[in-house]
Amino acid sequence: MDPARKRTTRLVVALTCALLLACALVYTSFSASSEARQPSELASAQPGQTYQLTGRVAKGSWEHEGTVHRFEVVDRNGGGPAVAVTYEGSVPDPFREGREIVIDVRKQGTGFVGQPDSLVTKCPSKFTAEPKSS
Amino acid sequence: MLEAGRACLILALAICVYGIGASLYGARTGQRQWVASGRRAAYALAGVLVIAFAILESGFIRSDFSFALVQSHSSSTTPLFYRMTAPWSSQEGSLLLWVLMLSLWSSAILFLTRRRLREVAPYATAVLLGFGAFFCALLVFLESPFDGLANPPAEGVGLNPLLRHPSMMIHPPMLYSGYTLFAVPFAFAIGALVTRRLGADWIRSTRPFTLAAWFFLGIGIILGARWSYSELGWGGYWAWDPVENASLMPWLTGTAFLHSVMIQEKRGMLKVWNVSLVLATGTLAILGTFLVRSGILESIHAFGASTLGVPFLVLIVAMIGGSIALVASRAESLRSEHRLDSLLSREAAFLLNNLVLVALCFVVFWGTFFPLISEAVTGTEASVGPPWFNRYITPLALILVLLSGIGPLIAWRRATAANLRRNFTFPVGAGVVTLLACVLAGVTGNVGALLMFSFAAFVLGAVGQELYRGVRARRVMARESVPRAFLATIRRNRGRYGGYLIHAGVAVMFVGVAASSAFQEQRLVQLRPGQTERVDDYAITYVKPSSRVVPAPNGRLERIDLGAELSVRRGGGKPETLTTYKSFFPSTDPSLGPISRFFEGESTSEVGLDAGLRRDLWTAIAPDIGRLLPRIEEGDKVFADADELTPEQRGAFLGEALRGLSSSYLDSPPPATFRIIASPLVTWIWLGALIVFAGGLIAMWPTGTRARKPADAAQLARVARELQRV
Repeated sequence: MDPARKRTTRLVVALTCALLLACALVYTSFSASSEARQPSELASAQPGQTYQLTGRVAKGSWEHEGTVHRFEVVDRNGGGPAVAVTYEGSVPDPFREGREIVIDVRKQGTGFVGQPDSLVTKCPSKFTAEPKSS
Repeated sequence: MLEAGRACLILALAICVYGIGASLYGARTGQRQWVASGRRAAYALAGVLVIAFAILESGFIRSDFSFALVQSHSSSTTPLFYRMTAPWSSQEGSLLLWVLMLSLWSSAILFLTRRRLREVAPYATAVLLGFGAFFCALLVFLESPFDGLANPPAEGVGLNPLLRHPSMMIHPPMLYSGYTLFAVPFAFAIGALVTRRLGADWIRSTRPFTLAAWFFLGIGIILGARWSYSELGWGGYWAWDPVENASLMPWLTGTAFLHSVMIQEKRGMLKVWNVSLVLATGTLAILGTFLVRSGILESIHAFGASTLGVPFLVLIVAMIGGSIALVASRAESLRSEHRLDSLLSREAAFLLNNLVLVALCFVVFWGTFFPLISEAVTGTEASVGPPWFNRYITPLALILVLLSGIGPLIAWRRATAANLRRNFTFPVGAGVVTLLACVLAGVTGNVGALLMFSFAAFVLGAVGQELYRGVRARRVMARESVPRAFLATIRRNRGRYGGYLIHAGVAVMFVGVAASSAFQEQRLVQLRPGQTERVDDYAITYVKPSSRVVPAPNGRLERIDLGAELSVRRGGGKPETLTTYKSFFPSTDPSLGPISRFFEGESTSEVGLDAGLRRDLWTAIAPDIGRLLPRIEEGDKVFADADELTPEQRGAFLGEALRGLSSSYLDSPPPATFRIIASPLVTWIWLGALIVFAGGLIAMWPTGTRARKPADAAQLARVARELQRV
């Protein structure tokens, strides 16, 4: 085979491989992803499907017994319906009522169950400003 | 002070604009004095920004709460060390640090190249000052670090306690150094493209900077991982978080560039690829800054929606568009001087390594931006998790490690059967023996990890063999003792042996990553004092609770720590004591009572770590404060009723009340939750990183000006004879 043709073949083979890999990447990313939803968008949730729930922990809703935590999540702007979440595990240090969280959940009965180790609490970059000193 | 700071920034912006104009005018008309003036503008920029940063730092050190930034990110109870690092915990301070770094590195490279690259340098100056102008404009018009408070309060909000870790002092400056240093090769590549001087000159001149960028960004990434492992209370070091990914992407393409430029220098090939890589790296570095600063992606690091999104997008689009246009219009000058001779050659191994690194970068890029892509395609925002990343990263990382062993062994141009036999027998043997040893020792169950161990042994074998041969040849030539010959070998070829050491370090790191992710045992348990739990072959006993109220140096209360003393016994060995605690920092929410403030604010975990070469035992406590709640409420009520107290009395009573709480926790401790992780070989990650950085230092160390003595023919013949015998 003359060198020019060999190079062309090589290029075509390499490009085909790259294309196939890229297709696999794109396909799996769509099928393996979990949809990000806020509580107000979870009304039509299907059992068995994993959702990435983002929102705020409702004030006064967090209770825990040993390693089982129960809390409610509302929309990021504080409105919308409250979704009850049960999570087994330890919560991250910044976890507080009123904080924004991200957690992978599945529907179970009327509430949702958090997937192990999926709870992420956003680091608030600034604390609420203090109007007067204590 | 505030006015002086603002004035510095406005002056800095003016200097940038002037410098760009002067450099371009000088380059167009060929008037040297204008080019020199543009270069001096870069030095002036550095000077002015140093002053601006010093003003900001002094505000933080003096706890001057008339600086809005100081009030919102520091407090008088924050220790001095963390007051000094607090500027870059804020958006504005980070941007100022970024542009300060940029100006310092730009001055350094322009000073070093002042008598070289006469045609390329003015354009590079203009590009660097262009970045400077962009960031100065952000600081002047959108995010001023020098906003004042009309009525400065007596106390500030404080630094986020999570950021109170020694590595946070160096992590951000390292990352920013990395990002801004990548702007240097970017700028010179643009200059080379504009002037069509596309030889290897600009590459050689900027190489120390590219290496330094790679080096600092790497240190930054590792420090971030270390901080996550020891501070975040989840026991992991990498989570595929967008902000982590943002720093990894330019590092990957930068690594690819450092390898492929060798082919351009040696063989005049891959010119389009190299300029594209360096332009992509520069763009990814800006993209990384953008990701962190704009808050467009969900991340634990979110800095909140900010006004910076649009300006950054404009900059990135301009960088990508300009790069593509420049490369396309210079295609003729970027022709390769040679063709690839054989797929069995060092060129081919490097090319493959480049493809793997770029593929890694693409996977990370796709996964990071998937929420945006999915929203654009399907209308719903969705994201991919760590399992998706691991599925692609694992095989690519395996290939990468394998190639890092093949690269140093295989011959340039075309490898012969003899070359392969001579160079590969020992390393391949090392790999195979390791694989068999692992299987015989019962380390099975994870094919990826097993392969990684074997490949890493191959790499270590390859590096060891090359070093051994180098030292041997040196001894034959110079008749020196082994240690002297060893040092001399490395000293005479720093780039090469520094690089080999880096390969060895990366192999060690990947062994740690593979082992700790494949064979980790993790348990979440609830224990009462006296109870014991078994994890792996450790027996962990909760001995007794611990509790203390910690005052800040100025006498105010900084935090309250609740924790545990654990006794850890491994197999039949001696028991060791580990302590872990959780620190509660007071919130500044005025609607809360003075005592409940301590339990509603931030908290951080202090990890009890028994680190070892073979495995780490990692423990963190989550104390149950439920039983303290009635007492906390009671205390709040007492304080609410006592209005007539002076601040001193309030402080004293608060301390008394908290100490009371603390001793009641000790007297009747409730069961506490512990996260216990036994991970093998985690220490190898940090050790590997140290080896990598040692290698990086060797490779970067400037070679002396003394000309090398050319070897005479007799010596060469002797070396060749000796090498054949090895």
